[in-house]
Amino acid sequence: MNTTYKLLPPKPKNTKKQVTTWLTVIVSIALIIWSCTGIDFGGIKATAGQIAGAIISGIFHPDWSYVYNGSGEDLVSQLWETLCIAFLGTFISAIISLPFAFWAAHTRHKKWYSSRSGKIVLAIIRSFPEIILALMFIKAVGPGSAAGVLALGFHSVGMLAKLFSEAIENLEEGPNEAVTSVGGSKVNVIMFSIMPNLMPALISNTLYRFDVSIRSASILGLVGAGGIGYPLIIALQYRQWNRVGIILLGIIVMVVIVDWISGQIRKRLV
Amino acid sequence: MSKTEQDLLNLPKKKFNYMNLVWLIVIVGGLFVSINETNTHLSVLFANFSQFTDIFVQMCHPDWSYSSTVIPLLLETIKMAILGTVIGSVVAFIYSLLIARNIVKNKAVTGVLRVIMNIIRTIPDLLLGAIFVAIVGIGPVAGILALSVFTFGVVVKLFYEAIETIDPGPIEALTAVGANKLQVIHFAVLPQIMTYFISYVLYAFEINVRASTVLGYLGAGGIGLYLQQTLQVFSYDKTGTIIIFIIIAVVLIDYVSSKSREALMR
Repeated sequence: MNTTYKLLPPKPKNTKKQVTTWLTVIVSIALIIWSCTGIDFGGIKATAGQIAGAIISGIFHPDWSYVYNGSGEDLVSQLWETLCIAFLGTFISAIISLPFAFWAAHTRHKKWYSSRSGKIVLAIIRSFPEIILALMFIKAVGPGSAAGVLALGFHSVGMLAKLFSEAIENLEEGPNEAVTSVGGSKVNVIMFSIMPNLMPALISNTLYRFDVSIRSASILGLVGAGGIGYPLIIALQYRQWNRVGIILLGIIVMVVIVDWISGQIRKRLV
Repeated sequence: MSKTEQDLLNLPKKKFNYMNLVWLIVIVGGLFVSINETNTHLSVLFANFSQFTDIFVQMCHPDWSYSSTVIPLLLETIKMAILGTVIGSVVAFIYSLLIARNIVKNKAVTGVLRVIMNIIRTIPDLLLGAIFVAIVGIGPVAGILALSVFTFGVVVKLFYEAIETIDPGPIEALTAVGANKLQVIHFAVLPQIMTYFISYVLYAFEINVRASTVLGYLGAGGIGLYLQQTLQVFSYDKTGTIIIFIIIAVVLIDYVSSKSREALMR
Protein backbone atom coordinates (compact mmCIF):
# COMPACT_ATOMS: atom_id res chain seq x y z
CA MET A 1 0.00 0.00 0.00
CA ASN A 2 1.25 3.38 -0.86
CA THR A 3 1.55 5.32 2.40
CA THR A 4 2.16 8.71 0.87
CA TYR A 5 -1.56 9.33 0.64
CA LYS A 6 -1.92 8.85 4.38
CA LEU A 7 0.49 11.65 5.27
CA LEU A 8 -1.34 14.85 5.98
CA PRO A 9 0.24 18.13 4.96
CA PRO A 10 1.82 19.86 7.98
CA LYS A 11 -0.11 22.62 9.67
CA PRO A 12 1.02 26.09 8.61
CA LYS A 13 3.13 27.63 11.36
CA ASN A 14 2.80 31.17 12.59
CA THR A 15 5.60 31.72 15.10
CA LYS A 16 4.53 35.16 16.27
CA LYS A 17 1.01 33.99 16.96
CA GLN A 18 2.25 30.90 18.79
CA VAL A 19 4.53 32.96 21.00
CA THR A 20 1.75 35.37 21.98
CA THR A 21 -0.61 32.47 22.67
CA TRP A 22 1.90 30.76 24.93
CA LEU A 23 2.75 33.99 26.70
CA THR A 24 -0.94 34.63 27.42
CA VAL A 25 -1.36 31.09 28.71
CA ILE A 26 1.68 31.38 30.99
CA VAL A 27 0.60 34.77 32.33
CA SER A 28 -2.93 33.54 33.01
CA ILE A 29 -1.68 30.44 34.83
CA ALA A 30 0.72 32.58 36.87
CA LEU A 31 -2.17 34.89 37.77
CA ILE A 32 -4.33 31.97 38.84
CA ILE A 33 -1.56 30.50 40.99
CA TRP A 34 -0.90 33.93 42.50
CA SER A 35 -4.56 34.25 43.42
CA CYS A 36 -4.51 30.93 45.24
CA THR A 37 -1.76 32.20 47.53
CA GLY A 38 -2.65 34.10 50.63
CA ILE A 39 -6.35 33.35 50.58
CA ASP A 40 -7.63 31.84 53.76
CA PHE A 41 -9.37 28.71 52.57
CA GLY A 42 -9.98 27.52 56.11
CA GLY A 43 -12.83 28.66 58.23
CA ILE A 44 -15.53 26.74 56.40
CA LYS A 45 -18.18 25.92 58.89
CA ALA A 46 -18.48 22.23 59.68
CA THR A 47 -22.23 22.53 59.22
CA ALA A 48 -21.90 23.87 55.66
CA GLY A 49 -23.34 20.78 53.99
CA GLN A 50 -26.17 20.60 56.49
CA ILE A 51 -27.15 24.26 55.96
CA ALA A 52 -26.95 23.96 52.18
CA GLY A 53 -29.25 20.95 52.45
CA ALA A 54 -31.59 22.93 54.71
CA ILE A 55 -31.79 25.79 52.22
CA ILE A 56 -32.46 23.44 49.32
CA SER A 57 -35.12 21.59 51.28
CA GLY A 58 -36.48 25.01 52.22
CA ILE A 59 -36.86 25.79 48.54
CA PHE A 60 -38.84 22.60 48.06
CA HIS A 61 -40.85 23.05 51.27
CA PRO A 62 -41.45 26.77 51.25
CA ASP A 63 -43.30 28.64 53.97
CA TRP A 64 -46.53 29.21 52.04
CA SER A 65 -48.15 31.14 54.86
CA TYR A 66 -45.70 33.96 54.18
CA VAL A 67 -46.89 34.53 50.61
CA TYR A 68 -49.79 36.77 51.51
CA ASN A 69 -51.18 37.65 54.92
CA GLY A 70 -52.36 41.20 54.37
CA SER A 71 -49.94 42.77 56.85
CA GLY A 72 -47.86 44.52 54.22
CA GLU A 73 -44.82 42.56 55.43
CA ASP A 74 -45.58 39.52 53.29
CA LEU A 75 -43.85 38.25 50.18
CA VAL A 76 -46.22 39.69 47.59
CA SER A 77 -46.14 43.21 48.96
CA GLN A 78 -42.36 43.12 49.39
CA LEU A 79 -41.92 41.93 45.82
CA TRP A 80 -44.30 44.64 44.65
CA GLU A 81 -42.20 47.20 46.51
CA THR A 82 -39.06 45.84 44.84
CA LEU A 83 -40.72 46.12 41.47
CA CYS A 84 -41.74 49.71 42.17
CA ILE A 85 -38.21 50.62 43.30
CA ALA A 86 -36.81 49.20 40.08
CA PHE A 87 -39.42 50.95 37.92
CA LEU A 88 -38.99 54.37 39.48
CA GLY A 89 -35.20 54.02 39.64
CA THR A 90 -35.00 53.11 35.98
CA PHE A 91 -37.33 55.95 35.03
CA ILE A 92 -35.24 58.52 36.90
CA SER A 93 -32.01 57.20 35.46
CA ALA A 94 -33.39 57.15 31.91
CA ILE A 95 -34.17 60.85 32.19
CA ILE A 96 -30.80 61.74 33.72
CA SER A 97 -29.01 59.56 31.18
CA LEU A 98 -30.17 61.45 28.07
CA PRO A 99 -28.03 64.58 28.49
CA PHE A 100 -25.10 62.45 29.66
CA ALA A 101 -25.47 60.28 26.58
CA PHE A 102 -25.32 63.24 24.22
CA TRP A 103 -22.28 64.47 26.12
CA ALA A 104 -20.44 61.17 25.90
CA ALA A 105 -21.43 60.23 22.34
CA HIS A 106 -18.56 60.48 19.94
CA THR A 107 -20.06 62.10 16.84
CA ARG A 108 -18.50 63.96 13.97
CA HIS A 109 -19.37 67.45 15.13
CA LYS A 110 -17.63 67.32 18.44
CA LYS A 111 -14.13 67.79 19.72
CA TRP A 112 -12.59 64.53 20.90
CA TYR A 113 -12.01 65.76 24.46
CA SER A 114 -15.67 66.52 25.07
CA SER A 115 -16.85 62.99 24.40
CA ARG A 116 -13.79 61.48 26.08
CA SER A 117 -14.41 63.42 29.28
CA GLY A 118 -18.05 62.31 29.24
CA LYS A 119 -16.98 58.68 28.89
CA ILE A 120 -14.61 58.97 31.84
CA VAL A 121 -17.32 60.50 34.03
CA LEU A 122 -19.67 57.65 33.10
CA ALA A 123 -16.99 55.07 33.89
CA ILE A 124 -16.54 56.60 37.34
CA ILE A 125 -20.29 56.61 37.99
CA ARG A 126 -20.47 52.99 36.92
CA SER A 127 -17.61 51.98 39.23
CA PHE A 128 -19.02 53.71 42.29
CA PRO A 129 -20.45 50.80 44.30
CA GLU A 130 -24.23 50.83 44.32
CA ILE A 131 -24.43 49.70 47.92
CA ILE A 132 -22.32 52.64 49.11
CA LEU A 133 -24.55 54.99 47.17
CA ALA A 134 -27.56 53.40 48.86
CA LEU A 135 -25.94 53.89 52.27
CA MET A 136 -25.26 57.55 51.50
CA PHE A 137 -28.87 58.07 50.47
CA ILE A 138 -30.05 56.27 53.59
CA LYS A 139 -28.17 58.90 55.59
CA ALA A 140 -29.92 61.59 53.54
CA VAL A 141 -33.53 60.39 53.30
CA GLY A 142 -33.65 57.75 56.02
CA PRO A 143 -33.87 53.96 55.62
CA GLY A 144 -36.58 52.77 53.28
CA SER A 145 -37.36 52.31 49.65
CA ALA A 146 -36.83 55.98 48.76
CA ALA A 147 -33.10 55.54 49.37
CA GLY A 148 -33.16 52.48 47.12
CA VAL A 149 -34.92 54.37 44.35
CA LEU A 150 -32.42 57.22 44.44
CA ALA A 151 -29.41 54.90 44.61
CA LEU A 152 -30.67 52.91 41.64
CA GLY A 153 -31.59 56.06 39.75
CA PHE A 154 -28.12 57.53 40.05
CA HIS A 155 -26.13 54.33 39.70
CA SER A 156 -27.92 53.18 36.54
CA VAL A 157 -26.93 56.38 34.77
CA GLY A 158 -23.40 55.04 34.32
CA MET A 159 -24.49 52.05 32.28
CA LEU A 160 -27.64 53.42 30.67
CA ALA A 161 -25.96 56.58 29.38
CA LYS A 162 -23.18 54.45 27.95
CA LEU A 163 -25.67 52.29 26.06
CA PHE A 164 -27.58 55.40 24.93
CA SER A 165 -24.41 57.09 23.69
CA GLU A 166 -23.53 54.00 21.69
CA ALA A 167 -26.99 54.15 20.12
CA ILE A 168 -26.43 57.80 19.25
CA GLU A 169 -23.06 56.97 17.70
CA ASN A 170 -24.71 54.36 15.52
CA LEU A 171 -27.27 56.80 14.11
CA GLU A 172 -27.03 57.52 10.42
CA GLU A 173 -26.45 61.02 9.18
CA GLY A 174 -28.85 60.70 6.23
CA PRO A 175 -32.18 61.63 7.87
CA ASN A 176 -30.54 64.59 9.65
CA GLU A 177 -29.23 65.91 6.36
CA ALA A 178 -32.59 65.37 4.72
CA VAL A 179 -34.36 67.45 7.35
CA THR A 180 -31.68 70.15 7.14
CA SER A 181 -31.84 70.24 3.36
CA VAL A 182 -35.60 70.96 3.31
CA GLY A 183 -34.98 73.84 5.69
CA GLY A 184 -35.41 72.29 9.10
CA SER A 185 -33.90 73.98 12.12
CA LYS A 186 -31.77 72.23 14.73
CA VAL A 187 -34.90 71.61 16.82
CA ASN A 188 -36.61 70.12 13.76
CA VAL A 189 -33.63 67.83 13.22
CA ILE A 190 -33.88 66.55 16.79
CA MET A 191 -37.70 66.27 16.62
CA PHE A 192 -38.10 64.61 13.25
CA SER A 193 -34.86 62.78 12.63
CA ILE A 194 -32.84 62.03 15.74
CA MET A 195 -35.61 61.19 18.23
CA PRO A 196 -37.70 58.88 15.98
CA ASN A 197 -34.59 56.98 14.92
CA LEU A 198 -33.25 56.81 18.44
CA MET A 199 -36.47 55.84 20.21
CA PRO A 200 -36.41 52.04 19.64
CA ALA A 201 -32.83 51.81 20.92
CA LEU A 202 -33.63 53.98 23.92
CA ILE A 203 -36.68 51.95 24.88
CA SER A 204 -34.94 48.65 24.38
CA ASN A 205 -31.90 49.72 26.43
CA THR A 206 -34.13 51.08 29.18
CA LEU A 207 -36.05 47.81 29.31
CA TYR A 208 -32.78 45.92 29.51
CA ARG A 209 -31.68 48.14 32.34
CA PHE A 210 -35.02 47.49 34.04
CA ASP A 211 -34.15 43.78 34.05
CA VAL A 212 -30.85 44.57 35.73
CA SER A 213 -32.51 47.01 38.13
CA ILE A 214 -34.92 44.33 39.34
CA ARG A 215 -31.96 42.26 40.43
CA SER A 216 -30.26 45.27 42.01
CA ALA A 217 -33.43 46.29 43.81
CA SER A 218 -33.67 42.88 45.41
CA ILE A 219 -30.12 43.33 46.71
CA LEU A 220 -30.49 46.86 48.07
CA GLY A 221 -32.68 45.64 50.89
CA LEU A 222 -29.64 43.86 52.33
CA VAL A 223 -28.39 47.25 53.54
CA GLY A 224 -31.84 48.56 54.49
CA ALA A 225 -32.84 50.39 51.34
CA GLY A 226 -36.22 48.75 50.95
CA GLY A 227 -37.44 45.78 48.97
CA ILE A 228 -37.25 42.04 49.34
CA GLY A 229 -33.58 41.93 50.41
CA TYR A 230 -34.32 42.92 54.00
CA PRO A 231 -36.69 40.06 54.90
CA LEU A 232 -34.27 37.70 53.18
CA ILE A 233 -31.28 38.72 55.29
CA ILE A 234 -33.42 38.55 58.43
CA ALA A 235 -34.59 35.06 57.52
CA LEU A 236 -30.99 34.01 56.84
CA GLN A 237 -29.85 35.37 60.20
CA TYR A 238 -32.65 33.68 62.11
CA ARG A 239 -32.12 30.44 60.19
CA GLN A 240 -35.72 30.25 58.96
CA TRP A 241 -34.81 28.15 55.94
CA ASN A 242 -38.40 27.67 54.79
CA ARG A 243 -38.84 31.41 54.63
CA VAL A 244 -35.51 31.77 52.79
CA GLY A 245 -36.85 29.20 50.35
CA ILE A 246 -40.09 31.04 49.64
CA ILE A 247 -38.31 34.40 49.26
CA LEU A 248 -35.79 32.93 46.82
CA LEU A 249 -38.65 31.32 44.89
CA GLY A 250 -40.46 34.65 44.82
CA ILE A 251 -37.41 36.50 43.49
CA ILE A 252 -36.79 33.85 40.85
CA VAL A 253 -40.41 33.91 39.67
CA MET A 254 -40.49 37.71 39.57
CA VAL A 255 -37.21 37.98 37.64
CA VAL A 256 -38.24 35.30 35.16
CA ILE A 257 -41.60 36.97 34.48
CA VAL A 258 -40.11 40.45 34.09
CA ASP A 259 -37.32 39.13 31.85
CA TRP A 260 -39.85 37.35 29.69
CA ILE A 261 -42.13 40.36 29.31
CA SER A 262 -39.32 42.77 28.55
CA GLY A 263 -37.78 40.25 26.15
CA GLN A 264 -41.09 40.04 24.27
CA ILE A 265 -41.39 43.82 24.04
CA ARG A 266 -37.80 44.18 22.90
CA LYS A 267 -38.34 41.54 20.23
CA ARG A 268 -41.29 43.55 18.87
CA LEU A 269 -39.23 46.72 18.81
CA VAL A 270 -36.36 45.38 16.75
CA MET B 1 -51.68 79.94 -4.67
CA SER B 2 -54.25 77.63 -6.12
CA LYS B 3 -56.03 75.01 -4.08
CA THR B 4 -54.06 72.08 -5.45
CA GLU B 5 -50.82 73.77 -4.55
CA GLN B 6 -52.16 74.29 -1.05
CA ASP B 7 -52.96 70.60 -0.86
CA LEU B 8 -49.46 69.72 -1.95
CA LEU B 9 -48.02 71.79 0.85
CA ASN B 10 -49.96 69.83 3.46
CA LEU B 11 -48.09 66.88 4.77
CA PRO B 12 -49.90 63.58 4.92
CA LYS B 13 -51.41 63.06 8.38
CA LYS B 14 -49.57 60.64 10.60
CA LYS B 15 -51.67 57.68 11.56
CA PHE B 16 -52.60 57.77 15.21
CA ASN B 17 -51.28 54.74 16.98
CA TYR B 18 -53.46 53.64 19.91
CA MET B 19 -50.70 51.48 21.33
CA ASN B 20 -48.64 54.59 22.03
CA LEU B 21 -51.46 55.99 24.14
CA VAL B 22 -51.71 52.70 26.03
CA TRP B 23 -47.99 52.73 26.74
CA LEU B 24 -48.16 56.33 27.91
CA ILE B 25 -50.96 55.45 30.34
CA VAL B 26 -49.04 52.40 31.58
CA ILE B 27 -45.90 54.42 32.20
CA VAL B 28 -47.60 57.39 33.86
CA GLY B 29 -49.77 55.05 35.95
CA GLY B 30 -46.73 53.02 36.94
CA LEU B 31 -44.97 56.21 37.90
CA PHE B 32 -47.76 57.29 40.23
CA VAL B 33 -48.15 53.86 41.75
CA SER B 34 -44.46 53.45 42.39
CA ILE B 35 -44.00 56.92 43.82
CA ASN B 36 -46.84 56.12 46.18
CA GLU B 37 -45.49 52.71 47.11
CA THR B 38 -41.90 53.76 47.69
CA ASN B 39 -42.73 57.10 49.34
CA THR B 40 -40.16 58.87 47.24
CA HIS B 41 -40.52 62.60 47.59
CA LEU B 42 -37.83 64.73 46.12
CA SER B 43 -38.57 67.36 48.75
CA VAL B 44 -37.13 65.04 51.40
CA LEU B 45 -33.99 64.66 49.36
CA PHE B 46 -33.56 68.39 48.94
CA ALA B 47 -34.33 69.01 52.60
CA ASN B 48 -31.60 66.61 53.66
CA PHE B 49 -29.34 67.22 50.74
CA SER B 50 -26.80 68.94 52.96
CA GLN B 51 -26.25 65.62 54.78
CA PHE B 52 -25.67 63.84 51.51
CA THR B 53 -23.19 66.44 50.30
CA ASP B 54 -21.59 66.45 53.74
CA ILE B 55 -20.71 62.77 53.41
CA PHE B 56 -19.63 63.32 49.86
CA VAL B 57 -17.34 66.21 50.76
CA GLN B 58 -15.75 64.17 53.54
CA MET B 59 -15.19 61.33 51.10
CA CYS B 60 -13.50 63.75 48.75
CA HIS B 61 -10.86 64.43 51.41
CA PRO B 62 -9.45 60.93 51.53
CA ASP B 63 -7.07 59.79 54.24
CA TRP B 64 -4.07 58.81 52.16
CA SER B 65 -2.23 57.23 55.08
CA TYR B 66 -4.91 54.55 55.00
CA SER B 67 -3.83 53.43 51.54
CA SER B 68 -1.17 51.08 52.95
CA THR B 69 -4.04 49.08 54.49
CA VAL B 70 -6.24 49.35 51.42
CA ILE B 71 -3.86 48.04 48.74
CA PRO B 72 -3.30 44.51 50.16
CA LEU B 73 -7.03 44.22 50.73
CA LEU B 74 -7.73 45.29 47.19
CA LEU B 75 -5.30 42.64 45.93
CA GLU B 76 -7.11 40.01 47.98
CA THR B 77 -10.37 41.18 46.45
CA ILE B 78 -8.96 40.85 42.95
CA LYS B 79 -7.64 37.38 43.81
CA MET B 80 -11.16 36.41 44.84
CA ALA B 81 -12.50 37.73 41.56
CA ILE B 82 -9.91 35.78 39.55
CA LEU B 83 -10.59 32.52 41.38
CA GLY B 84 -14.32 32.96 41.11
CA THR B 85 -14.07 33.69 37.42
CA VAL B 86 -11.82 30.69 36.74
CA ILE B 87 -13.93 28.18 38.67
CA GLY B 88 -17.19 29.50 37.28
CA SER B 89 -16.04 29.61 33.68
CA VAL B 90 -14.52 26.10 33.74
CA VAL B 91 -17.86 24.71 34.89
CA ALA B 92 -19.67 26.94 32.39
CA PHE B 93 -17.48 25.65 29.56
CA ILE B 94 -18.48 22.03 30.10
CA TYR B 95 -22.09 22.92 30.86
CA SER B 96 -22.51 24.96 27.67
CA LEU B 97 -21.31 22.04 25.56
CA LEU B 98 -23.98 19.94 27.25
CA ILE B 99 -26.84 22.35 26.52
CA ALA B 100 -25.96 23.33 22.96
CA ARG B 101 -28.55 21.68 20.72
CA ASN B 102 -26.10 21.17 17.85
CA ILE B 103 -23.84 19.02 20.03
CA VAL B 104 -26.20 17.17 22.34
CA LYS B 105 -29.15 16.09 20.24
CA ASN B 106 -31.26 14.83 23.13
CA LYS B 107 -33.91 17.54 23.67
CA ALA B 108 -34.89 16.27 27.12
CA VAL B 109 -31.35 16.59 28.49
CA THR B 110 -30.75 20.07 27.09
CA GLY B 111 -34.21 21.21 28.16
CA VAL B 112 -33.82 20.20 31.80
CA LEU B 113 -30.28 21.55 32.02
CA ARG B 114 -31.41 24.83 30.50
CA VAL B 115 -34.17 25.30 33.05
CA ILE B 116 -31.63 24.77 35.84
CA MET B 117 -29.29 27.29 34.20
CA ASN B 118 -32.04 29.88 33.84
CA ILE B 119 -32.98 29.54 37.49
CA ILE B 120 -29.35 30.01 38.60
CA ARG B 121 -29.03 33.04 36.33
CA THR B 122 -31.88 34.90 38.00
CA ILE B 123 -30.24 35.14 41.44
CA PRO B 124 -28.28 38.39 41.80
CA ASP B 125 -24.61 38.27 42.80
CA LEU B 126 -24.88 39.81 46.25
CA LEU B 127 -27.81 37.60 47.12
CA LEU B 128 -25.62 34.62 46.30
CA GLY B 129 -23.01 36.18 48.58
CA ALA B 130 -25.51 36.43 51.44
CA ILE B 131 -26.60 32.83 50.94
CA PHE B 132 -23.06 31.47 50.77
CA VAL B 133 -22.06 33.41 53.89
CA ALA B 134 -24.94 31.65 55.64
CA ILE B 135 -23.77 28.31 54.29
CA VAL B 136 -19.96 28.28 54.62
CA GLY B 137 -19.50 31.08 57.12
CA ILE B 138 -17.78 34.45 56.97
CA GLY B 139 -14.66 34.56 54.81
CA PRO B 140 -13.34 34.75 51.26
CA VAL B 141 -14.49 31.21 50.44
CA ALA B 142 -18.10 32.38 50.52
CA GLY B 143 -17.20 35.19 48.14
CA ILE B 144 -15.36 32.90 45.74
CA LEU B 145 -18.26 30.46 45.68
CA ALA B 146 -20.78 33.24 45.10
CA LEU B 147 -18.69 34.69 42.28
CA SER B 148 -18.24 31.24 40.73
CA VAL B 149 -21.96 30.62 40.61
CA PHE B 150 -22.56 34.11 39.25
CA THR B 151 -19.84 33.76 36.58
CA PHE B 152 -21.34 30.45 35.61
CA GLY B 153 -24.66 32.16 34.97
CA VAL B 154 -23.13 34.93 32.89
CA VAL B 155 -20.77 32.82 30.78
CA VAL B 156 -23.01 29.83 30.15
CA LYS B 157 -25.76 31.90 28.54
CA LEU B 158 -23.46 33.78 26.18
CA PHE B 159 -21.31 30.78 25.39
CA TYR B 160 -24.00 28.26 24.52
CA GLU B 161 -25.61 30.80 22.22
CA ALA B 162 -22.24 31.25 20.51
CA ILE B 163 -21.87 27.48 20.15
CA GLU B 164 -25.29 27.19 18.54
CA THR B 165 -24.43 29.75 15.88
CA ILE B 166 -21.25 28.05 14.64
CA ASP B 167 -20.84 26.80 11.10
CA PRO B 168 -22.13 23.18 10.98
CA GLY B 169 -19.83 22.29 8.05
CA PRO B 170 -16.74 21.22 10.01
CA ILE B 171 -18.87 19.13 12.38
CA GLU B 172 -20.44 17.26 9.47
CA ALA B 173 -17.04 16.81 7.82
CA LEU B 174 -15.53 15.30 10.93
CA THR B 175 -18.56 13.10 11.56
CA ALA B 176 -18.33 11.91 7.95
CA VAL B 177 -14.73 10.73 8.40
CA GLY B 178 -15.73 8.86 11.55
CA ALA B 179 -14.68 11.12 14.40
CA ASN B 180 -16.19 10.51 17.82
CA LYS B 181 -17.94 13.20 19.89
CA LEU B 182 -14.77 14.36 21.69
CA GLN B 183 -12.84 14.65 18.44
CA VAL B 184 -15.68 16.62 16.87
CA ILE B 185 -15.66 19.02 19.82
CA HIS B 186 -11.87 19.31 19.78
CA PHE B 187 -11.32 19.81 16.06
CA ALA B 188 -14.59 21.32 14.80
CA VAL B 189 -16.27 23.17 17.65
CA LEU B 190 -13.47 24.58 19.80
CA PRO B 191 -11.44 26.31 17.06
CA GLN B 192 -14.57 28.22 16.08
CA ILE B 193 -15.55 29.44 19.55
CA MET B 194 -12.43 29.69 21.68
CA THR B 195 -12.03 33.43 21.10
CA TYR B 196 -15.66 34.01 22.06
CA PHE B 197 -15.19 32.00 25.21
CA ILE B 198 -12.13 34.00 26.29
CA SER B 199 -13.91 37.25 25.55
CA TYR B 200 -16.94 36.21 27.63
CA VAL B 201 -14.69 35.15 30.50
CA LEU B 202 -13.00 38.56 30.45
CA TYR B 203 -16.41 40.20 30.43
CA ALA B 204 -17.48 38.13 33.43
CA PHE B 205 -14.22 39.04 35.14
CA GLU B 206 -15.02 42.74 34.76
CA ILE B 207 -18.40 42.22 36.44
CA ASN B 208 -16.80 40.09 39.14
CA VAL B 209 -14.24 42.73 40.07
CA ARG B 210 -17.08 45.17 40.64
CA ALA B 211 -19.12 42.67 42.59
CA SER B 212 -16.22 41.43 44.71
CA THR B 213 -15.53 44.89 46.08
CA VAL B 214 -18.89 44.98 47.83
CA LEU B 215 -19.26 41.28 48.66
CA GLY B 216 -17.24 41.86 51.84
CA TYR B 217 -20.03 44.07 53.07
CA LEU B 218 -22.02 40.91 53.70
CA GLY B 219 -19.00 39.14 55.17
CA ALA B 220 -17.87 37.34 52.04
CA GLY B 221 -14.23 38.48 52.15
CA GLY B 222 -12.29 41.24 50.50
CA ILE B 223 -12.29 44.97 50.84
CA GLY B 224 -16.01 45.32 51.43
CA LEU B 225 -15.66 44.41 55.10
CA TYR B 226 -13.54 47.53 55.69
CA LEU B 227 -16.01 49.56 53.70
CA GLN B 228 -18.65 48.54 56.21
CA GLN B 229 -16.44 49.11 59.25
CA THR B 230 -15.33 52.59 58.21
CA LEU B 231 -18.91 53.53 57.40
CA GLN B 232 -20.11 52.31 60.76
CA VAL B 233 -17.69 54.49 62.70
CA PHE B 234 -18.46 57.42 60.37
CA SER B 235 -14.84 57.83 59.24
CA TYR B 236 -15.84 58.85 55.76
CA ASP B 237 -12.31 59.96 54.86
CA LYS B 238 -11.19 56.33 55.07
CA THR B 239 -14.26 55.20 53.13
CA GLY B 240 -13.32 57.77 50.52
CA THR B 241 -9.82 56.28 50.23
CA ILE B 242 -11.26 52.80 49.75
CA ILE B 243 -13.75 53.98 47.14
CA ILE B 244 -11.11 55.88 45.18
CA PHE B 245 -8.89 52.79 45.08
CA ILE B 246 -11.84 50.63 44.05
CA ILE B 247 -12.73 53.03 41.24
CA ILE B 248 -9.12 53.16 40.00
CA ALA B 249 -8.83 49.36 40.03
CA VAL B 250 -12.18 48.82 38.34
CA VAL B 251 -11.58 51.40 35.63
CA LEU B 252 -8.07 50.04 34.96
CA ILE B 253 -9.22 46.41 34.77
CA ASP B 254 -12.18 47.40 32.60
CA TYR B 255 -9.89 49.24 30.22
CA VAL B 256 -7.33 46.44 29.93
CA SER B 257 -10.00 43.80 29.56
CA SER B 258 -12.05 45.66 26.97
CA LYS B 259 -8.90 46.40 24.94
CA SER B 260 -7.88 42.75 25.00
CA ARG B 261 -11.41 41.74 24.03
CA GLU B 262 -11.22 44.06 21.04
CA ALA B 263 -7.82 42.60 20.12
CA LEU B 264 -9.22 39.07 20.39
CA MET B 265 -12.18 39.74 18.15
CA ARG B 266 -10.09 41.31 15.42
